[in-house]
Amino acid sequence: MKHLFSCMKRYRIEAVLSPLFKLLEAGMELLVPLAVAAIVDVGIANADRQFLLHAFLLLVGFGAAGLAFALTAQYFAAKAAVGTGAELRRRLFARLQSFSFAQIDEMGVSTMLTRMTNDVDRVQTGVNMTLRLLLRSPIVVFGATALAFLVDVKAAIVFAALIPVLAAVVFAVMAACIPKYRAVQEKIDGVYLSARENLSGARVIRAFRLEEKEAAAFREKNERLECAQERVGRIAALTGPVTFLLVNLAVIVLIGVGAIRVNIGALEQGEVVALYGYLALILVELVKFANLIVTVSRAVSCMKRIGAVLDMEGERDPAQAEGDVPALSSDEAFAFENVSFTYSEGGMPALTGINFAAKRGETIGILGGTGSGKSTLVRLLPAFYPATEGAVRVGGREVGAYPLRTLRGKIGYVPQKAVLFRGTIAENLRWGDADASDEALLRACEIAQAGDILAAKGGLDALIEQEGRNLSGGQRQRLTIARALVRDPEILILDDAASALDYATDARLRASLRTLGCTVVLVSQRVASVMGADRIVLLDEGRIADMGTHEELMERCKLYREIYDSQTEAVS
Amino acid sequence: MKRREIYAELVRRLKPHLPFLILSVLSALAVVAGQLLAPFFAGKAVDCILGKGAVDWEGLRLHLIAIGVCSALAAVFQWILSLSNNRIAYRVLSSLRKDAFCKLGKLPLKYLDNRPYGDTMSAVVSDAESVSEGLLLGFTQLFTGVLTIAGVLGVMLAIRWEIALAVFFITPVSFLAARFIASRTYKTYRAQTAARADETAFCDEMIANLKVVKAFSREAENEAVFEKKNEALRKASLKAVFFSSTTNPVTRFVNALVYAAVALVGGLLVIRTADMGAAFTVGTLTTFLQYANQYTKPFNEISEVVAEFQNATACAGRIFSLLAQEEEPSDRDAPALPRAKGEVRAEDVAFSYEKDRELIKHFDLDVKPGMRVAIVGPTGCGKTTLIGLLMRFYDVDEGAIFVDGHDIRTVTRASLRENFGMVLQETWLKTATVRENLCLGRPDCTEEEMVEAAKAAKAHAFILRLPKGYDTPLGPDGVLSEGQKQLLCIARVMLCHPPMLILDEATSNLDTRTEKLVQEAFAALMQGRTSFIVAHRLSTVRSADLILVMKSGKIVERGTHEELLRRGGFYRELYFAQFAR
Repeated sequence: MKHLFSCMKRYRIEAVLSPLFKLLEAGMELLVPLAVAAIVDVGIANADRQFLLHAFLLLVGFGAAGLAFALTAQYFAAKAAVGTGAELRRRLFARLQSFSFAQIDEMGVSTMLTRMTNDVDRVQTGVNMTLRLLLRSPIVVFGATALAFLVDVKAAIVFAALIPVLAAVVFAVMAACIPKYRAVQEKIDGVYLSARENLSGARVIRAFRLEEKEAAAFREKNERLECAQERVGRIAALTGPVTFLLVNLAVIVLIGVGAIRVNIGALEQGEVVALYGYLALILVELVKFANLIVTVSRAVSCMKRIGAVLDMEGERDPAQAEGDVPALSSDEAFAFENVSFTYSEGGMPALTGINFAAKRGETIGILGGTGSGKSTLVRLLPAFYPATEGAVRVGGREVGAYPLRTLRGKIGYVPQKAVLFRGTIAENLRWGDADASDEALLRACEIAQAGDILAAKGGLDALIEQEGRNLSGGQRQRLTIARALVRDPEILILDDAASALDYATDARLRASLRTLGCTVVLVSQRVASVMGADRIVLLDEGRIADMGTHEELMERCKLYREIYDSQTEAVS
Repeated sequence: MKRREIYAELVRRLKPHLPFLILSVLSALAVVAGQLLAPFFAGKAVDCILGKGAVDWEGLRLHLIAIGVCSALAAVFQWILSLSNNRIAYRVLSSLRKDAFCKLGKLPLKYLDNRPYGDTMSAVVSDAESVSEGLLLGFTQLFTGVLTIAGVLGVMLAIRWEIALAVFFITPVSFLAARFIASRTYKTYRAQTAARADETAFCDEMIANLKVVKAFSREAENEAVFEKKNEALRKASLKAVFFSSTTNPVTRFVNALVYAAVALVGGLLVIRTADMGAAFTVGTLTTFLQYANQYTKPFNEISEVVAEFQNATACAGRIFSLLAQEEEPSDRDAPALPRAKGEVRAEDVAFSYEKDRELIKHFDLDVKPGMRVAIVGPTGCGKTTLIGLLMRFYDVDEGAIFVDGHDIRTVTRASLRENFGMVLQETWLKTATVRENLCLGRPDCTEEEMVEAAKAAKAHAFILRLPKGYDTPLGPDGVLSEGQKQLLCIARVMLCHPPMLILDEATSNLDTRTEKLVQEAFAALMQGRTSFIVAHRLSTVRSADLILVMKSGKIVERGTHEELLRRGGFYRELYFAQFAR
């Protein structure tokens, strides 16, 4: 909740003015029964037609003023609510972007997106409704009561007795419904998941002949959801009838008491009518209030989920300011010193006792099987994950000492999955360096063997669809390599980033990378991709099995020879 | 789908709930009657209180009892109304959801492949919800609303036509106002939807690829872009939210007009009729004022309901057209294919996804039991489609495929598929534990069998390293690498001991060493069984008995590895391109 209030801060004036104008509007409404009392007790009693006309104009005036106040209040409420929603989205987006890789893994993309869209929308509606109604309803209820006391204290005691009872009913229903609504929401999520799974796995499900079974499982889930929905509906449905009944009982008591008071001359007929009018007002407001509570309680649970995200600390960044942290060593490109790494607490270590250093300009190949820790190893360099033990250094300085932007600016990272974004090729390439000239972009494409893509697609300004869907896997990979090259990195990391390239293109790519002079890290499963490297680090189950040139490893390392043979016996 | 058909289908779905529907309509009548009668008796009661010492106690008592009875009845019926509406709405909703879901299992894959998952999914979940909320609950609101308006006007007309007339003439104001607001709201909502779609698309892209964003330190740039889109959305939303929220105050204003008019006309009537022996009393005026309060509210609700109707009808249309989609032809009466020896034959098969774009044509194949058949060729040549035809994910357009001499269209799909074990490149796992995923094809297998299959698939070791071993739950986003997922899929099939095997790029996510080990396990498993292997890494297909080289839907070469290399054709070209240095 503290997040909500801090997001609303900018709109505190609107947030105060909106209920205030609602108050004025309610005031206009509260005056109406008084005017009616006057019509009955003065106008009709004296048969004063002139008075009736004035009273009519007054009533229309109240209505018009009420309209003006209400519109103003609605505008302020909308402005505050929409503004708060926008601010929540902004903060969520910023916070999500600050998440560490571990947090991204843990949370999952779909959850992050629902927080940004669905949850914020619900909160926005909740804020809007709260400003408009949550305050208006009690104001009307209490105002009507207060005015009833003005009319006649004894008769008004009925109101005083009614309000706590009504409040108790409304709150009891609310308390019973909220946890049940949450249960319904969870069941809907389950149904959603089932549907998604059955669509994405249609082939496997059919291959295993699971259609019937899946349908049966769904039927059960669906039935449970239906039951939950009906159950909460039954309770929620009580609100309306019970409030209606209570208010009418109050009407009976009121008219009865009114009759006694009129009989002894303490009250007039018109005043009884006015009191009755106030009760009717209360009824209308309470029904609205009950509906509102459902909206608000949903908004509150959404806000809790948003709050949970905003409460999470993002990635540790030593210096938010763009400080210039000079490298300490001019010779060492990067180094691992006794590094161990575990993804999640209590899990098996993905890397154990890694020790090696790379000199500037060296080309390092990292080879190993599935799950041997190749990708994990290179992800420690840009501090995507912090090492669990030991030290990772870039340019002689521990990676944790750099501001993240500075550190990652030194590194050109090409991930396994070749991701491009909607926009032109140039826009995508400039992710590497926003100020890069067209010539620099073209040069990077040339090195990345992507020149022919530009030719085929129509140059730097050719459009790329979302996720690069209009490109083939190999084309995407080459463009992501070019993107990393645009920033002229000190260290270039290719994390199995050439897997979709044919051997000839792959070979040309490696040859052109050699001419660059930056430190290159090649991660691959293919011996052919790394055999030309200055040094090959062979990983096996998170440990360095051996390290050396292709020739050295061929000579002394059994595992390396095995891998080599499994890939090359074909051509021999 | 036409509007008429949609409504007809809805009516059909409502039919089983007819008793509750009738109950609902009757309750609605009772509720409206009770709600109209309570103020009526309240007015009568007020008339019994004329002034000091002039109270008609007997009449007062009767009228107060009448109020009590009316409101009690109205309350009870209102509850019954809500309950039966809930029941109808939720049952219809649940049956829609169930039917839509079950339909997914019966639709041809061709249909599912051609649609984004999101569209189909929203039919199952959110469209069904909109239909039940918009059409069913909306209908009851509409019904009670119309009844209330008619009732109020009717009663007013019956008691005093002058007042009814005054009220009647103000009514169009309410409609005009609602219309004006609705058209404004519609426009601003459209603008809001567009702005929101723009922002969501951006978030979608950036959040889904957050790791890349962070690798390039694009956080600040993204925030700037987001800020712009967010501001645009804020502005559009402000308009939409504000315009839609003007309905209530405007209705209240119209209400105030009605109220004032009733007060004026009623007051004048009381004065005029007072001279003629009090036909129109203060009590009647009270009743009328109360009615005036109830009169405009339904207008407001009706205009909301009508807007909702549009959307709900569209949603219903989407669900019904999904439900009306042609299903795979039924095979209920077909015999089951017995456990196959593994002879597979294709005769002059043709197939295309779209009518005018032929994919596979004049396709012939003869596979003897126990043969290992490899299918190779460039992307899009029809390899995976061929597998789909074998599994009967699609039916051939022309020609026929035979397994052990049975045309596969004459046996049940289930029995055909039971004869194939299939591992695909895309690794699909259920949101369930590792164990449940492994035993998907054989829920009755023993622990030993499962572990043995996992070991054969080289998955046992990493499964043990998971936090809860075989009982580790696998989520939709998951902790496993693609390679590990693939190993699980392989273990899943190994557990089934199928007589025939299909491997569609089944080891593409594995490193070559693991791949080799897994292939050896497969080889042992497949001893003497027919298998089909699709691969782009040609080193994995060398030992096949028959290699089919496909190019744009046709087999261009066939033979063993050595024969094909010797022939020096397309295969040789493919093969050496792979190993070029």
